Amino acid sequence: MKFDTAIIGGGLSGLICGIQLQKKGKKCAIVSTGQSALHFSSGAFDLLSYLPDGSEVENIQEGVKKLIEQNPNHPYAKLGEALPNLINSATQLFEELNISFVHGESNHYKITPLGEIKPTWASLDRLATIQEKQQFPWKKVALFNLDGYLDFYPKFIKQGLKDHQVEVNTFGFSLPELDRLRRNPTELRATNISNVLDKESILNKFIAILKSKISNEEVILLPAFLGLKNDNAFKTIEEQIGKPVKVIPTLPPSIIGIKLQQYLQEEFISLGGVYMLGDNVLEADLENNSVQRIYTYNHGDIPIQAKHFVLATGSYFSQGLIATQKEVIEPVFNLDVTFDSDRTKWYNKDVFETQPYLAFGVKTNKELQGLINNQPLNNLYIVGAVLESFNPIKEGSGGGVSILTALAVADKIAKN
Amino acid sequence: MKKKIDHNISNNNFEQCIKCTICTIYCPVAAVNPNYPGPKQAGPDGERLRLKKSDFYDDALKYCTNCKRCEVSCPSNVKIGDIIQSARIKHSKQKPKLRDILLANTDFVGSMNTVLAPVVNTVLGWDVTKLALDKTLQIDRHRTFPKYSFGTFEQWYKRQAQKQSEYKNQVSYFHGCYVNYNNPQLGKDLVKVFNSVGIGVQLLDKEKCCGVALISNGLINQARKQGNVNIASIRKSVIENKRPVVATSSTCTFTIRDEYPHLLGIDNSDVKEDVELATRYLYRLISQDKIKLNLAEKKIKVAYHIPCHMEKLGWSYYTIELLKLIPNIELIVLDDHCCGIAGTYGFKKENYETSQAIGEDLFKQIEESKVDYVVSDCETCKWQIEMSTTAKCEHPISILAQALR
Repeated sequence: MKFDTAIIGGGLSGLICGIQLQKKGKKCAIVSTGQSALHFSSGAFDLLSYLPDGSEVENIQEGVKKLIEQNPNHPYAKLGEALPNLINSATQLFEELNISFVHGESNHYKITPLGEIKPTWASLDRLATIQEKQQFPWKKVALFNLDGYLDFYPKFIKQGLKDHQVEVNTFGFSLPELDRLRRNPTELRATNISNVLDKESILNKFIAILKSKISNEEVILLPAFLGLKNDNAFKTIEEQIGKPVKVIPTLPPSIIGIKLQQYLQEEFISLGGVYMLGDNVLEADLENNSVQRIYTYNHGDIPIQAKHFVLATGSYFSQGLIATQKEVIEPVFNLDVTFDSDRTKWYNKDVFETQPYLAFGVKTNKELQGLINNQPLNNLYIVGAVLESFNPIKEGSGGGVSILTALAVADKIAKN
Repeated sequence: MKKKIDHNISNNNFEQCIKCTICTIYCPVAAVNPNYPGPKQAGPDGERLRLKKSDFYDDALKYCTNCKRCEVSCPSNVKIGDIIQSARIKHSKQKPKLRDILLANTDFVGSMNTVLAPVVNTVLGWDVTKLALDKTLQIDRHRTFPKYSFGTFEQWYKRQAQKQSEYKNQVSYFHGCYVNYNNPQLGKDLVKVFNSVGIGVQLLDKEKCCGVALISNGLINQARKQGNVNIASIRKSVIENKRPVVATSSTCTFTIRDEYPHLLGIDNSDVKEDVELATRYLYRLISQDKIKLNLAEKKIKVAYHIPCHMEKLGWSYYTIELLKLIPNIELIVLDDHCCGIAGTYGFKKENYETSQAIGEDLFKQIEESKVDYVVSDCETCKWQIEMSTTAKCEHPISILAQALR
């Protein structure tokens, strides 16, 4: 099997890289072990929300400059001068993909499932977001939750919004059609709820409940438990009630993230990309400091050959990085990985503190090429969460690193 | 350079499950049947309890179609479908009904029916027969039965055996029950395509049904017996006669390669890599420039449906690339949906509704696609598609055979 570029990992970073390359006429294959961490994404991508010293970032470009001063090995530092252009290409790509995001030069604010108000870079426009922290667009909101649904916390959200002088009326509801999901408490999840609520007849019953409860609230806030199959679910509610409906993400699985994954995957395939799901790369042939071909579990003796390879295997969750008792390894190529040799320094006992293990990852040179014994592999580029030297949770930089490094590498490959 | 971490194959790899629920999102059954708790609950979650005590076994596991979409989607490489199937074999106390035995014994029923094919096909087409089968055996009356052929593929092949042995290069063909009893034409097409690139086709010494229907209906001992016969014949072909084995059914291939060891305890490790789909065999030779298919320009529009077990094998790429070799073909790849039939599953009265609900989106897309043929590597997908849509469904090898110069 011959491709221009073979991408290992089919999540946000792998797909963005693949889509951009296909758009530039390069034939790509993506090999992915299973579905990706995008299934947990809230639908709001952070580029840089906080600096390592904890201070909040407003203007993104200025923030990135300070970040690079504080951490010269950060993936953004390797993007260098190209960074502003890459941000532009990202927002342009969203537009081309017909995904409407709220974004700007400065961060705006998202509401987390736990009711926190946090800075973010680009949010899907259905999400409840706020432009200025001190200026909430609503004074009075209606917040609904399904009784017994445990991946969403109206009390926390109510408190979080109250801190910003927003009055929140919370309503619980139930529908007999949803009761079957209660048979098994662990299965009352957003996706299963959506499978029921998305059906027109049941959606209408839900709308009737909404109508009966709301009065003079300006907006209806719903957990993201709708719209997995029915793309128009929220629109239908808005039309029938005549008030805007905004969504707050739930704890995983996240319908918004799943839809994004499916959308990007379909886009990649429709551009001519080959998406191989459920396969594992087992072996790679290296010659003259470059990857010649890779062998996978499903394809056995038939290798995937390509001029360029991209490693987009994600972090620990996706097994792009594997932590053993002694070391952190990158399992596909066994690339050089940065980690602390003293295991007791991998983590901080206070779970809310900066966790060092999150900044462990695959070492690269300035070109984002992977290294073995400090020698770069000329045609292997590393993108996304598997990279070293950034802390996606503490900095709020996960989405930005995944998207921008993917676009940077797509540019490098296309120029080659 | 070898990967440091082995492919996850231990029986207990449910320990790798991090409860992310992604498998349940992609389970076609859980999405439509409220009685099925979904693969996470039925697989790794339930396995923890079942290890403690067999009483925790939930009979709802019978609703699993073994499509393996849970495994394909799992980011942690947990063999969720395998865990569920093993649990059914180990813990289910349900005895197979007469209906299950009849549906599962494809060899026996097939060899009876091919003798009387014209009569059987007519009678099975009658509403009154369907109603009777529905009432007596709980085989759903909405089902259309696959037509039986008058005479088997093996009988046809006997007349070709001499000519086939004259080729220098040889493969063995695992034709499966469907080609033998229902669609010998597909077998003839395979012979035609292989002969066209200078390869002769042999049959195995002894071929039994791969056993997939026996496994799913709980007839494990019989499945094991048949599996042993097949593996012995495959071994003779591959090791003694140096003839690799090709097949046309994605499910037979998947069962022999991937289900024999862990569900039936049959070691196939010495021959596994030499059993594969004919499309993959051809693709390999073409990509190595060893053969070339001589295909005529043919204006044809097809929609390719990827069967679930093909998705699990990861081999749809080969089929698609072979079809693309036909000059002037217009090829659409249908969205990745299960068709819902899952072998004998959809024939059962209690599953009919689930089965059709699963396939609904696919049927709609097929009707809208306006193609000459739907193409699929799986015979039961073909039955389901032809019964539920107005489209005609063909195997990729048949499409290639028609396009040969």
